Formats: sequence, C-alpha cells, structure tokens
Amino acid sequence: MSAAGRSAPGRLRWFLRGAAACFSIPGLILASAFVGFAGLAREAGLTLAQTVFMTATVWALPAKVVLVGAVIAGNGLLAAAFAVALSSVRLTPMVVSLVPEMRAPRTRGWVLYLLSHFIAVTSWVIAMRAFRDIPRPMRTAYYGGLGGTLVAINVGVVAIVFVIAERLPPLVSAGLFLLTPLYFLTSLWGSARERASHVAMLVGLALGPLFHLIVPDLALLAAGLTGGGLAYAWHRMRRGRP
Amino acid sequence: MTFEAIDAWWWPYAFILLAGWLATDAWRFLGVYLGGRIAEESDLLVLVRCIATALVAAVIANLVVFPNGALAGVPLALRVGAAAAGFVAYLLGGRHIIVGVLAGEAALFAGMALL
Repeated sequence: MSAAGRSAPGRLRWFLRGAAACFSIPGLILASAFVGFAGLAREAGLTLAQTVFMTATVWALPAKVVLVGAVIAGNGLLAAAFAVALSSVRLTPMVVSLVPEMRAPRTRGWVLYLLSHFIAVTSWVIAMRAFRDIPRPMRTAYYGGLGGTLVAINVGVVAIVFVIAERLPPLVSAGLFLLTPLYFLTSLWGSARERASHVAMLVGLALGPLFHLIVPDLALLAAGLTGGGLAYAWHRMRRGRP
Repeated sequence: MTFEAIDAWWWPYAFILLAGWLATDAWRFLGVYLGGRIAEESDLLVLVRCIATALVAAVIANLVVFPNGALAGVPLALRVGAAAAGFVAYLLGGRHIIVGVLAGEAALFAGMALL
C-alpha cells in the first residue's frame, strides 16, 4: 500500500466510488421496492415524518415491512418488537461475514459499529462483490459512501412518493402496493442459501393468511415460528437420509 | 401498547425506535461483536434463516390476501393471480427480480383494464 493510497484524498475517492455504486441495477431495484414501501406506510396511517424516520433508523426493508404489518394488525409494542427481531436475526450472519473483510489493522471499533447500520441485503451483495478489488484500508470509506448514499437516496424516494401517492390514479396506486410483495417474492427466493429456506417461504405464504384468520394478534409470529420450524424439520429429515 | 396507544407526538417515534431500530440494529451490533466466530453453515443459522424467511413470507401473503388501500378494490383472484404470475415469470425468466416485478405489474394492469 503506497502512502498516497492511505491519504485523505484517497479515502474521499473511494467514498465517492462507493456512492457511485448505488446507481446500478441493484440500486434501482431497491429504490422501486422503497416506492412500494412508501405507499404501504402511507396506507397504514403513518405520517411522512414517521415514515422517513423509520426508513433511516431501521433501514432493513423486511424489518420495516414487518413493523408496518404489525402496526396495521394493531399489535402491541412487545409483539411488534419480537416479530421485527425475528425478521432481523438474519442480519447477524451477514454482518459477521462482511466485517472481517472490512477491518484493517488500524480500523477503529466505533467505525465498524456505525457502518454496520447500513448492512442490509443490497449493500451487502454489492460490497461482497466489490471488496475484492478494493485495497483493504479503503474498504470502510467505500462502504460508508455506498451505505450512506443508499440510505439518503431511498429516504428521498420515500418522501417524494409519500407526498405524490395521494394524487395517483387507482390503477397506478394498486400497482404501487403490489411492488412490495413482488419484490420480496422474487428476492427472498433468490437469496435463499439452502432448499429449506424455499420450503420456509412457501409454508410461510400459506400460513400467514391462515393464522391471520385464526389468531390475528399473533399471526406473524405464529406463521414465522411454525413455518420456520417445519422447514427446519424438513431440512434435518432430508439430511438424515443417505 | 399499540402504535396508537398513547396520544402524544413522540409515542410513534418511540414505538419505531424500540420495535424497529433496537430490534434490528441490536443484531447488526452483535454481528460486529462476534466478528468471525460463527460458522455460516452452522445448523442454528439454518433455523434462524428459515424462521426469518417464513415470517417475511407471511407478511407478504397477508399484504396480497388482506390488502389496504387501492389494492383492496381489486378482486382477490386477480391480486393472487398477478403475484403468482410475477413469481412464475421470475422463475422461468432467468431469475431476475426486475422480470418478476414487471410481469406481475403487467398482469395486474391487464386484469384491471379487462374488469
């Protein structure tokens, strides 16, 4: 590593390259998913400020969709927090796999904790692919540019869509609400690590509406735990066979 | 203690911070703390991923089957059909998210135009 590569201009350059990586197909798809989320949050009765606040503080889209789902269902704080926590556990292994790639000998701990807030599916996928070609001491700068810009762009998308959603014709409006389900149906299937996750998704799709009719207050938790448990049992049984 | 339980401007923000931010960033911070101590292939993580996937899938199905807003005016069969069409197009069309999204939206618009 040359001395110039470690200097402040070097960091700025990599920060800007990270920011530029947002303007890509994955970045565009994520923005379209946030268009759908803004419509969803508005329909759930959230205000513009609350929706923007939620976008910036929670960031992970599945967690926000679950949180808004809990608000729509009228769930209490504990049930909502538990459901969101279950949907966000998957972030831990993602962070665990990304942080060692980002850490250089002189990286400070608080920088990693700060940057970890940006970790969600899209930035994780982009970074895991890009890091190979980035000098190690520049990776935190790159990821800061990437994550920070993704959050900023999508906070803007959410705010704009929230304001104009009221004036949209019913056809466009209906299309807007279908964006979130379509995005997750496809991205959940594509990001599955093992067949068991595909089973979990199909069982969860069936159990969600079923439990909504039987136990509306606990439908999400019940569907997640039952569907996940069944898929895991299937995973163990299948592996048990020769 | 629901989202609307306390009639004060700060309560929804407190709700979002506790049920949203804390419930999410706690896992990210735990990930930084653990560094590289968990094996990605461990069975516990398979269970964790299965539960998270089933939970999000349940939310998605409920958004389609019990929608609010403009989608509620669309017949159930068309909502489920459009979502299914998007998913099938995704599976057959090279597994690109954009293909699934566009096909699902096209099916919805076509159905709404015909009804």
